[in-house]
Amino acid sequence: MINKMKTAQEAVAGIQDGMTIMVGGFLATGSPEILMDALVEKGVKHLTVIGNDGGLDAGQPAGEFAAKTARGIGKLLEHHMVDHIIASHLGVNPKLNEQFAEGTLRYTLVPQGTLAEKIRAAAYGLGGVLTPTGVGTPMETELDELGREKKVVEINGKKYLFELPLFADYSLIRASVADKFGNYYCSKATKNFNYVMAGASDHTIIAPEKLVEIGEIDPDYFAVAGVLVESIVEGEKKWQI
Amino acid sequence: MADLKVRIAKRCAKEFKDGEFANLGIGLPTMVADYIPEDITVTFHSENGFAGIDAVADASNLDVDIINSGGTYVTAVPRVKYFDTAESFGLVRGGHVKATVLGAMEVAENGDLANWIVPGKKVAGMGGAMDLCAGCPEVIITMLHTQKGNHKILKKCTLPLTAERCVTKIITEMAVMEVREDGIWVTELHPDYTWDELQAATGCELHKDPNMKAMEEE
Repeated sequence: MINKMKTAQEAVAGIQDGMTIMVGGFLATGSPEILMDALVEKGVKHLTVIGNDGGLDAGQPAGEFAAKTARGIGKLLEHHMVDHIIASHLGVNPKLNEQFAEGTLRYTLVPQGTLAEKIRAAAYGLGGVLTPTGVGTPMETELDELGREKKVVEINGKKYLFELPLFADYSLIRASVADKFGNYYCSKATKNFNYVMAGASDHTIIAPEKLVEIGEIDPDYFAVAGVLVESIVEGEKKWQI
Repeated sequence: MADLKVRIAKRCAKEFKDGEFANLGIGLPTMVADYIPEDITVTFHSENGFAGIDAVADASNLDVDIINSGGTYVTAVPRVKYFDTAESFGLVRGGHVKATVLGAMEVAENGDLANWIVPGKKVAGMGGAMDLCAGCPEVIITMLHTQKGNHKILKKCTLPLTAERCVTKIITEMAVMEVREDGIWVTELHPDYTWDELQAATGCELHKDPNMKAMEEE
């Protein structure tokens, strides 16, 4: 049986300066913290990062449940490791606008549903997707993440934007429960981008909170096929308040 | 101001039918959930991944795996269904989320909506707003009628659009308005205002529905 178990350092060893990675999570809920920590430790630079948003900065979210440290993609931003972020929302983590103003970080905005479908198209072999989202808005006229013009396609009198697949070198995913072959599922609202990102990259790494033996739990629980997973890293913990 | 927002939220709560599936934006729209009549069950969509969002969590019932789209820890109703982003927005674009309630910076008389770019402000992004406006059959705008006296309901939007021709209804402290093929029709006018005051606070010509009545909150 192939052994997919790796340390975080081994799993991210192939991530080089200038690569493109996708990171699961929504405002860091569902983000693989131990993989972010390993990237910070490795010190890679000039990354293109695909995710819903820029994660959280230390002290966010506001209120009694604020975290003491940056979370999710926020860790990469804190260490100035990102040159380009492709996301649907950039208003929460203040590091984003700071780095836009400094000129060290650029961004491409993609509507949230479109972002999921572009990633899904990459994972599942589609040449692109047609979506009504963004017709008549700057999404129609602005260039996409690779500087390409958008096409508008009309079907039965309705306009759609033709959105191309979004690939990356690595997908970094938090799972709630996985078996040692990499079959996994994510609890509650931690699913977000953690399902579509598996298989949209050359390499998929998962960090499960709980690891079980193959056959230990009913396979019907699993949402994503372990065949898409290259590396499994133990040690991820449920977020602690 | 707070009272006016409550007025708008209360009136908007009357828009929902039993069994409906709807999405509430952050801010004033979120307040609408507090005023849904008890005999009506509305399932609220949280774009980050579930159908059945409930109240904000506290230390006694907090689950770190459940946040809303603003990043606040929340709770879910017993009938909740969690899903990933692809399914969440499949439900949106497919028209299964019947209505979305959002705020606006500008609404045009043809239903164009601008609510995602504030000129000169920091970059924020559209999040799920463009998908919701393009996908939901009903886009209900809840907002104060003007911004510091400046018109928000206009002949044509000046800001970049969130979606074109998407708004179906506008609820403000002054009136309830429907966006129809031939412009904006007033179906309810609040007793605190005259027709002329409403028209003067609006940047396009309003049409008086033949059955226009007084806007009631309760």
